[in-house]
Amino acid sequence: MDLMPAIGREDVARLADLARIQLSDDEIARYAGEFDAIMDAVASVSEVATEDVPATSHPIPMTNVFRTDVVTATLTQEEALSGAPEAEDGRFEVPQILGEE
Amino acid sequence: MTTIETDLVDYEDATDRYDPVLGIEVHVELGTATKMFDGAPNIFAADPNTAITPVSLGLPGTLPVVNEKAVEYAIRIGLALNCEIAESCRFARKQYFYPDLTKNFQTSQYDEPIAHDGWVDVELEDGEIVRVEIERAHMEEDAGKSTHVGGSGRIQGATHSLVDYNRAGVPLVEIVTRPIPGVGKRAPEVAAAYVRTLRDIFRSLDVSEARMERGNVRADVNVSLRESAEAPLGTRTETKNVNSFRSIDRTVRYEISRQAGILDAGQHVVQETRHFHEEDGHTSAGRVKSDAEDYRYFPEPDLVPVAPSREWVEQLRATLPELPAARRRRLREEWGFSDLEMRDVVNAGALDVIEATVESGTSAQSARKWWMGELARTASEQGVELDELAATPAQIAELQGLIDEKKINDKIARQVLGKVLEGSGDPSAIVESEGLAVVSDDSVLTGAVDQAIADNPDVVAKIQGGKVQAIGALIGPIMKATRGQADAGRVREIIMEKLGVQG
Amino acid sequence: MTQNSQSTDPTRLSAAGQAKALADGDVTSEQLTRAHLDRIGAVDGDLNAFLHVSEDEALSTARDVDQRRAAGEQLHALAGVPIAVKDVVVTKGMPTTAGSKILEGWVPPYDATLVEKLRAARLPILGKTNMDEFAMGSSTENSAFGPTRNPWDRDRIPGGSGGGSAAAVGAYEAPLAIGTDTGGSIRQPASVTGTVGVKPTYGSVSRYGLIAMASSLDQAGPCTRTVEDSALLHELIAGHDARDSTSLPEHVPGFAEAARRQDVKGLRVGVIEQLEGEGFAPEVRARFEESLAQLESAGAEIVRVSCPNFEYALGAYYLIMPSEASSNLAKFDGMRYGMRVVPEDHPTAESVMKASRGAGFGDEVKRRILLGTYALSAGYYDAYYGSAQKVRTLVQRDFSAAFEKVDVLASPTAPTVAFRLGEKTDDPLAMYMNDIATIPANLAGVPGLSLPSGLAEDGLPAGIQFLAPARADERLYRAGGALEALLEDSWGGPLLDRAPALAGEVK
Ligand SMILES: [Mg+2]
Ligand SMILES: [Zn+2]
Repeated sequence: MDLMPAIGREDVARLADLARIQLSDDEIARYAGEFDAIMDAVASVSEVATEDVPATSHPIPMTNVFRTDVVTATLTQEEALSGAPEAEDGRFEVPQILGEE
Repeated sequence: MTTIETDLVDYEDATDRYDPVLGIEVHVELGTATKMFDGAPNIFAADPNTAITPVSLGLPGTLPVVNEKAVEYAIRIGLALNCEIAESCRFARKQYFYPDLTKNFQTSQYDEPIAHDGWVDVELEDGEIVRVEIERAHMEEDAGKSTHVGGSGRIQGATHSLVDYNRAGVPLVEIVTRPIPGVGKRAPEVAAAYVRTLRDIFRSLDVSEARMERGNVRADVNVSLRESAEAPLGTRTETKNVNSFRSIDRTVRYEISRQAGILDAGQHVVQETRHFHEEDGHTSAGRVKSDAEDYRYFPEPDLVPVAPSREWVEQLRATLPELPAARRRRLREEWGFSDLEMRDVVNAGALDVIEATVESGTSAQSARKWWMGELARTASEQGVELDELAATPAQIAELQGLIDEKKINDKIARQVLGKVLEGSGDPSAIVESEGLAVVSDDSVLTGAVDQAIADNPDVVAKIQGGKVQAIGALIGPIMKATRGQADAGRVREIIMEKLGVQG
Repeated sequence: MTQNSQSTDPTRLSAAGQAKALADGDVTSEQLTRAHLDRIGAVDGDLNAFLHVSEDEALSTARDVDQRRAAGEQLHALAGVPIAVKDVVVTKGMPTTAGSKILEGWVPPYDATLVEKLRAARLPILGKTNMDEFAMGSSTENSAFGPTRNPWDRDRIPGGSGGGSAAAVGAYEAPLAIGTDTGGSIRQPASVTGTVGVKPTYGSVSRYGLIAMASSLDQAGPCTRTVEDSALLHELIAGHDARDSTSLPEHVPGFAEAARRQDVKGLRVGVIEQLEGEGFAPEVRARFEESLAQLESAGAEIVRVSCPNFEYALGAYYLIMPSEASSNLAKFDGMRYGMRVVPEDHPTAESVMKASRGAGFGDEVKRRILLGTYALSAGYYDAYYGSAQKVRTLVQRDFSAAFEKVDVLASPTAPTVAFRLGEKTDDPLAMYMNDIATIPANLAGVPGLSLPSGLAEDGLPAGIQFLAPARADERLYRAGGALEALLEDSWGGPLLDRAPALAGEVK
């Protein structure tokens, strides 16, 4: 297995963007300093994860778990909006989706 | 990043010099009682944020459970599109942040769609058939709906948005074509006809109301141009959520003209998503999202694989209804219509009403005559579809029955139809109440015939001299005398009898 | 068996003992509940095991139980016995934060399935217990609301992420508590607080209403002071749930009966070579060996087994867990519930999401989200997430092979006794090593139980862990119940009796 490239500050900043997390410069620096070591420690998995080993995504294999198409209890609008930071006209109010250029 | 706007090239010119290739993604909202992953009702136009459970709202701690009916519908769609149905498939999370997504990922299918490798034949208006290859059909969930406040209701310039999650979690099947080459100048027509074909299939499968105007069926239209049919595929654009057949046609037409302009200017088409503008038929670039490419798909750990048994699949295959194309073939044969007649019927959207009229006992040609004639004219005057007219197939069958039984003639029939279309009731009742039945009572008719013979000795002489066709000159006055209600056939018989001539 | 006969304080009774006292009319549920609330009032200011105490609701449930009992109604065996619930479990009408600022003040409009079961059985819910934020941690130091302290030593960690539940049970603030275990968060806190904790087979207890960290690893289970109590609570919260697609379809067998059997004759106990070596503190290992000797003397057969792929389990875990967590935590964006931070200039949905998540999440949560985002991102998926899923297969194979030879497996639960607060907060890798023995069970979905093995380094408790095949949770109770009795015989009483008095405690 090839060694993965080192994780630098730009990489951490890009990941934070992708994960929508505002980070301070200090945080970026700290995570950048840690991530190589952490990823090195876990990268050993690829030593044994050979072609012939199937992946397991669920610890207990099951298939075809379905729900019948029957309506269940719903939330009231009040319950739905009860945690909303902002609401208007029965809807969740969110900031403008496109920023001004 | 901004795209330099170049001149549009005339469509004919563009398609003379470039070869368009299409690719279409259709989303159809399934008509299940509940959502894809929870028991919230799948309904349209409820109060905002009422058709939701904690699961639809993606509240912390909630988990999805797959709606079996939605899986069944997806398999039926796959089978109708001649697809292979996966032995086992999975859901995956498609991850991106957007306020109308309750979990900031969409539960969809990625590398293991439920149906794949199919095809559908699309019939164009002139009868040409284009086979469209289907790459895959997969299950996923719809998102909520944002209303933009300020900036005249558009996302651009809005001050904020209001989100209703009633639609969040509604089951969708997304059908993706392989690139559709070789359509040339007919690309706009093929695109629209393909989506119409799917719409008709969804309806006949009864898996969706498939109402375009409600967004039950939405198309993403991919268009690319290349120098020639031998050249590699060009860069495509994807115009999102085009929601009517006419708009699909216009989108393709516009994109071909626009991309030809870019290529003519020696520039490169930018691979991007675009939006169609109904008001003037142009498309504009969507926002370029830097992370849009990295959806970080991974298998949905809260759901287990869906492995439709072969028995189930075969049972669904065996109970598929007759699909629109097969039905058209069968009806054409049963009805004895020519190809052209059938095409006109289909294009006029008259198939269902004619079939219903025939089922009520009318001959196919009579049913066609009514629906493609008088009724089609009325519908186009009123600007409605045939099935929205006040006259029902049963009433048309009844009307034709009155003619066949010689209770009324064609002229009266048109009068009666006028009343039916005004909503005055069934034909028999109208004939009765208005006293419109034809007179076929021999005693009444014989008197009128005698009078006519007496009044027209020269005509009688001509007839008796062998010019039988002159008989019309006697029938005319008789019809006049009976205000058009005489049974013309019977009148003719009585005249022949009286004058001792053979017809 | 584990009752402290000298004491008349009902909080000192096991849950089973409290249930019996209620049934016998020796105490009312209101008295019992009040006694626990008083205890919380006396000691929790220092321990910080509770994030929220629901006094009114608990007392009203208690009074309701008392009335029903007086009316002769047939009640659940644990009806009226108070319980504490880890704050990662959603409770209708009761604040639920998962230990995070981003959810501060959120009052859910629905109940987790297991909470519905607790309410249906009428257990007064005392409140919500402290935890590492979103269950990410092994010390409860990552709680946004301050760490919980270990009842054995207030300068030490109570384990994590469920340090609050373990400490509450260990400090007699509650006889029962609910925990969740993604990589050891029930068992490791049990080990370092001298209590009992069980991670059931994956799917045994519904995950509906558990704020997810890693969906394919998370499992809720009991935190108690005795093996029997864990069995009773496990029976109550287990069972198929149609709202959880990964819920096991089978019904729950008699765990409590297995816990009471106290017979290990012929039981084959496998000792995992890979989990007894240098990584474990000497006295922790000594207590483990003594426990094995007790079992052997009672007729169990001790067998050494090898699980070679366990070496890769930690790596696989620290890929799968952050990957799933990065996705599960995407929903916390300040749009529908929870904290919203609006930056000053031209706030957009995107910038508000970023600011809210930046301010609302703590260090470890951010760390894991970033690592998970990395492991799932284009180009790395196969090497990281994909490989980790394969290791999961290998770990399962190791378990299968081992369970061909033995009925249960055993190891020390955690490598050390409770470490000092702050000792590992700057070294995430060192912190992750705490889960070395507990993680394989989560990867494979098999059940595990931790119970006290004795006092080790610095006079602090250590734990022994039993693991059983998937769906064979009953074996854990059989082995655990028997060993508990043997050890308590040898110690002359429960280990917790040796815990020092707490500040605020009236002895
Ligand atoms: Mg698309
Ligand atoms: Zn889609």
